[in-house]
Amino acid sequence: MTTDAWKGFAPGHWMKEINVREFIRLNYTPYDGGPEFLADATDATDKLWAKLQDLQKQERAKGGVLDMDTDIVSSITSHAPGYLDKDLEKVVGLQTDKPLKRAFMPYGGIRMAEEACTTYGYTPSPLLHEIFTKYHKTHNQGVFDVYTPEMRAARKSHIITGLPDTYGRGRIVGDYRRIALYGVDALIEAKQADMVYAGHGSMPEDVCRLREEVAEQIRALGQMKVMAQSYGFDISRPAANAREAVQWLYFGYLAAIKTQNGAAMSIGRISTFLDIYIERDLRNGAITETDAQELIDHLVLKLRMVKFARIPSYNELFSGDPVWATLSIAGLGSDGRSMVTKNDYRILHTLETMGPSPEPNMTVLYSHRLPKKFRDYAAKVSIKTSSVQYENDCVMRRVWGDDYAICCCVSATQTGKEMQFFGARANLAKCLLYAINGGMDEKSHVQVAPEYPRITSSVLDYDEVMKRFDVMMDWLAGLYVHTLNLIHYMHDKYYYEAAEMALIDTNVRRTFATGIAGFSHAVDSLCAIKYAKVHVIRDESGLAVDYKTEGDFPRYGNDDDRADEIAIWLLTEFISKIRGHHTYRNAEPSTSILTITSNVVYGKATGAMPDGRPAGEPLSPGANPSYGAEKSGLLASLNSVAKLPYEYALDGISNTQTIHPSALGNNDEERVQNLVSVLDGYFDRGAHHLNVNVFGVEKLLDAQEHPEKPEYANFTIRVSGYAVKFIDLTREQQNDVIRRTCHKAM
Amino acid sequence: MAAGRIHSFETFGAADGPGVRFIVFLSGCGFRCLYCHNPDTWAKPPAFEMSAEDVLAKALRYRSYWRDAGGITASGGEPMLQSEFVAELFELAHKAGATTCFDTSACAFPADGDFASVPRGDAIRRMLDATDTVLLDIKHIDDARHRALTGCGNAAPIACARYLAEIGKRVWIRHVLVPGWTDGEDDLRRLGDFIRSLGNVERVDVLPYHVLGVHKWRDLGLPYALEGVDPPTDESVARARKLLSLRPTH
Repeated sequence: MTTDAWKGFAPGHWMKEINVREFIRLNYTPYDGGPEFLADATDATDKLWAKLQDLQKQERAKGGVLDMDTDIVSSITSHAPGYLDKDLEKVVGLQTDKPLKRAFMPYGGIRMAEEACTTYGYTPSPLLHEIFTKYHKTHNQGVFDVYTPEMRAARKSHIITGLPDTYGRGRIVGDYRRIALYGVDALIEAKQADMVYAGHGSMPEDVCRLREEVAEQIRALGQMKVMAQSYGFDISRPAANAREAVQWLYFGYLAAIKTQNGAAMSIGRISTFLDIYIERDLRNGAITETDAQELIDHLVLKLRMVKFARIPSYNELFSGDPVWATLSIAGLGSDGRSMVTKNDYRILHTLETMGPSPEPNMTVLYSHRLPKKFRDYAAKVSIKTSSVQYENDCVMRRVWGDDYAICCCVSATQTGKEMQFFGARANLAKCLLYAINGGMDEKSHVQVAPEYPRITSSVLDYDEVMKRFDVMMDWLAGLYVHTLNLIHYMHDKYYYEAAEMALIDTNVRRTFATGIAGFSHAVDSLCAIKYAKVHVIRDESGLAVDYKTEGDFPRYGNDDDRADEIAIWLLTEFISKIRGHHTYRNAEPSTSILTITSNVVYGKATGAMPDGRPAGEPLSPGANPSYGAEKSGLLASLNSVAKLPYEYALDGISNTQTIHPSALGNNDEERVQNLVSVLDGYFDRGAHHLNVNVFGVEKLLDAQEHPEKPEYANFTIRVSGYAVKFIDLTREQQNDVIRRTCHKAM
Repeated sequence: MAAGRIHSFETFGAADGPGVRFIVFLSGCGFRCLYCHNPDTWAKPPAFEMSAEDVLAKALRYRSYWRDAGGITASGGEPMLQSEFVAELFELAHKAGATTCFDTSACAFPADGDFASVPRGDAIRRMLDATDTVLLDIKHIDDARHRALTGCGNAAPIACARYLAEIGKRVWIRHVLVPGWTDGEDDLRRLGDFIRSLGNVERVDVLPYHVLGVHKWRDLGLPYALEGVDPPTDESVARARKLLSLRPTH
């Protein structure tokens, strides 16, 4: 196949097969200059952004939802075209017919879709209710049909929690670039060819399933063409210029977010790819730098508008209305060349042209080998906006190659080659309490785990606790994997991601993500038991409900090997136990230490801990050390987290740090250089992820008291694995953020 | 082998010398500055003692964050009062390839320039030899007002500044701006002239007085003489920066 659309591109195998990675390698232009070439926002961008901000304001005034569908089931082709301002938009396409209007998405669970409506004062359609309760089953019903009583109890007690059994599992990133490079017709042809070879002769169950899935994918591709046509574009053919490339790619993403309300709906790694088209147009004189920035601004504007109808319990877990439209930039190629292009600058620059924003979830794939000027620029934008996260390209590239993207908050996936089964998290802090209490829940007094022997001594003995903890973790790991197996079976059956999977190779690699919550508290509690004297306080039934700890003990977060060794043990032990179990579709198991804002909800459900954390208090987020545990400054804390081996937590190790501007340097230039030093140093130690916030607690307190001040309308902060507008958090979440360690000058 | 009398460590010092630095806060100070934000480091009884080797080993755990500029900073308290320990630490640091820096008000420096005239004077000279950058606080250019503010005259810091100029040491001057105490226009003008006369000063930092350390006075049961003094205004800080600038624009 060859086409005029590819004129000027270096030829290669990518012309004969679907191979976006090779196309990029052969055609991109690395850029090691500085940001001086960047253009300002155009009038059109200013107007569109002002309009969107006004809508966001109305949305907030209406309690968080501007408008909602109740009668239309969202599909790729469900809505007539919608615009923010048709005459000004360079990139078009909305989830529904109006900006910020939330679609009705019942396939994850009709009850949840309806609850989302009623929560915000909308009346769900009785007809759709009848259809999705009488005639069509949903994912949620499927899961609850097959859950065992033990699974229900574990779910209810929150030892396993945040499970994607009421909403889309998300985290599947279609290779949206394929639409731009090849056009949909070529993709359909390729899938049809796959179909021919899917199953010869006999039809065992897995082949039947595969054939049905590929058929669904082909159907979704066809619908994408229809949707694009309704906006006046023919995406059956390859994109012929930069504007089309951005538009084609976005249509693919739009198909995904019209059909899935996953907790994370990443757009992937697109900057270098799009730069190739922009460079070609710049070379031909077809566009100027101002046009290029406008195009990127308008794409990012679209990503700032992605919305899903959520229910209150979901909002408690994932506070602030996030969608994880994660956009990965920078990184290195496996040939050692930097993949930073001018477009990586343009994307970061959107945080300046339009100001800070939580979405898209801006992720820099970092290495000290990225061009110095780019690292400086990223640090500068970071300091100014607290809207950027960093992930270690060097540790990820070894595992995922050089065309991976971040598929949720922090987790990597190979673009177009891989999909991930998202698996929420198990609460290891609570698991330790179960070990002490023989499987009885410390809050509800329900026997959730098997009735193992309780610890009866008045002072906890480390060896005894470890023995009990080992058995309890075995139980938890097994139950957790089995629960996820059921969930993913049902999700594939009732809520299959046809649009995304259509843009991924048919012969897909699957990973099976699990996660850990309560990490630091489990570690510190074990340290307390080992190095101090922990007295158990029991209620009249003999259940341990509180602890009194005498003496000092090392804590995770101080670069103290005594504590950090226990942290490493806990991680490696847990994933080893997970690996012992069969996983759905033989997916490769992985785990994360990542909680999002769910640390507050999990904390509420977790009793007092031997490390001194009172019952009900938020757990520390992700892999962060516990509140107040860090006594030796930022770098000691970073060193502790950096010791956790990424190979054992391929789903990600999230760390969120807040630094007071005055502690980062005496002036702007110093702050930039010092932040780059921190990033270089941290990632050179093999650490995985860092959220960087630069502000003082005084700003948070003021924003909490005066959310109406215009300066706080877009005040964005990084929390575990994503960014959020501070004023969109619940007061409880805000208080949690305020309490977290802010590294200040001594 | 002198053990360091140490108050605490900070692994991430980003405002105390070039780049990112590991800061060793030493116990004991000869001055009693009215605005001190670390009065808990005055007292001689330290939080703990540690050998230079051990302190260096601890500091080197953070080497990956230093790049070319960063390294180790001794602060206090007053590092010059533990010159033997700091000299040893810095000599070891240089052997390990780390840059060194200390923050001083030079109260222990010989006012007459004769190292033999002060306790551990030789060690002070050794310590200066092993130092890449000196952060020298000049609290006040006027001797009497310096005495009112710190309890001692300014002969020692002035002599130290001159000595550092003589040996061509890289120096950053720091001046804490306290409204009503250290922000007089004439004083700042004189201080600026003095700094510019030295020739070896690489930069001047005007540090606005802040009240973040006041609670420590209360915790220690000490009366705080600057009660009611507010941090300087931005205009006042800008004016001071101009007056002390190495390249003044008249």
